[in-house]
Amino acid sequence: MQVRKTTLIAGVLAVTSMIGAQSAFSASHMKKYTVEEHAINASLTGKAGDAANGRKVSINRKKGNCLACHVISDIKEQPFHGNIGPSLDGVASRYKEGELRLRMVDSKQFNEDTIMPAFYKVEGLHRLRKQFKGKPVLSAQEVEDVVAYLLTLK
Amino acid sequence: MENEKSKLGWKLSSIALGSVLMIGAMAVEVIAKDWGKHQVDNRRSGYTYMTDETRAVQDDDFENPGMLWVENGESLWSTAGANGKSCASCHADPDKDMKGVSVSYPRYDKKLGKIITLEQMVNRELVEKMGDKAEKFDSKKMLSLMTFIGTKSRDMPVNVKIDGDANPFFEKGKAFYYERRGQLDMSCANCHEDNPGNMIRANTLSEGQINGFPTYRLKWQKPGSVHRRFKGCNKQVRAKPYKAGSDEYSNLELYVKWRGRGLPGETPAVRN
Ligand code: HEC
Ligand code: HEC
Repeated sequence: MQVRKTTLIAGVLAVTSMIGAQSAFSASHMKKYTVEEHAINASLTGKAGDAANGRKVSINRKKGNCLACHVISDIKEQPFHGNIGPSLDGVASRYKEGELRLRMVDSKQFNEDTIMPAFYKVEGLHRLRKQFKGKPVLSAQEVEDVVAYLLTLK
Repeated sequence: MENEKSKLGWKLSSIALGSVLMIGAMAVEVIAKDWGKHQVDNRRSGYTYMTDETRAVQDDDFENPGMLWVENGESLWSTAGANGKSCASCHADPDKDMKGVSVSYPRYDKKLGKIITLEQMVNRELVEKMGDKAEKFDSKKMLSLMTFIGTKSRDMPVNVKIDGDANPFFEKGKAFYYERRGQLDMSCANCHEDNPGNMIRANTLSEGQINGFPTYRLKWQKPGSVHRRFKGCNKQVRAKPYKAGSDEYSNLELYVKWRGRGLPGETPAVRN
């Protein structure tokens, strides 16, 4: 079995440095990560996630807004969970930590056609509003926090 | 023992079969829901995705708050412009003269060499025939005229021309519809083709049809234009919206209108 290994951000950095000063933003503030076997096994920040904050980020409409599309029974104090994606109940028993992390960072690596946004990606996007240019939806630590929260959904 | 087991097996499978049939019957019921004139083939008006309460408001002209705008449009129809002429000077019988107009726009316009929306056509009349100034798409005057004209196409099938000169613009609109955009990287199709009927938080997604525009939004307490809706949907995915009246939105409007071909004119439809 061949190990698929891609260092994505390195590629992006090469491109941005080629466009140099003209590029609207530089991706150099983005954490590097390595994709192996459909997973990002290492923490983006080198630090453990904070599940309690991850839960907050998942609820926040301006941050994860996961409830827009997913049912999460653990968050029953919030009304109206969407049903565009599958329920996240028990998701920790279906996926490994590294798979959840890659899904959060860039779900299109699982399914090109998915509606689920990439939460840690700044390249390859089109017609962004100014205030969002060069900014991922979540910070690297927030991604870690959400991953830590998802791992509690057994 | 053997017998017992097979009996049990049969029982279980008949229960399973029974529930399959039940689920089957439920599914059939959902599919077979008769939406009458609001559905053509597999295309359903936004009306069919609303709550019963909202539908009831739309159905009753005395309750439909959009009708106040229609009435305002009716009185504007015979209000003289700067040069003394009114819409009525040229179109004395709006019931007849404006019949089927809304459902056939936007159109390719030879003079402009591109797509013209009904608002832009109204502006052309205001400026060139009446000596007035052009109105914004969501000004009170424009929305009043648009809703008034829209009622003259009620229950007539959406029927826009997409062949000939219109075709390259139609294709551009179609490409826009499938293109992902914004920080959330979503296309119109992600929500309105792949997920109608599904809930996005508290909202039921519809097919994003425009046969009832301008629609009266209860949330805004006023009607809104098609291009205002497009802007709103672009902003939701954190994409930079285009301007009302931009070529991008006019092409998109032609394509989206075509997606609802055959659906009845419902202006002023009522939405949450
Ligand atoms: C706009 C819709 C949308 C949003 C917002 C969204 N997701 Fe998803 N998600 C989906 C869809 C649809 C799928 C199904 C898989 C696919 O499309 O490839 C999915 C799949 C998943 C899966 C895999 C579940 C399984 O059982 O296979 C996880 C885990 C997940 N999402 C987590 C999240 C988290 C956490 C957030 C918020 C930080 C989030 N999603 C926000 C639409 C969304
Ligand atoms: C993130 C999801 C999402 C995306 C992407 C999206 N929309 Fe919408 N749209 C909505 C929601 C939610 C509504 C309100 C409920 C409904 O009617 O679907 C809506 C409503 C509409 C309506 C009004 C329908 C009616 O009957 O009143 C139109 C038209 C529309 N959208 C067109 C578009 C177009 C064109 C695009 C792409 C430029 C687009 N939408 C992209 C979520 C979205």
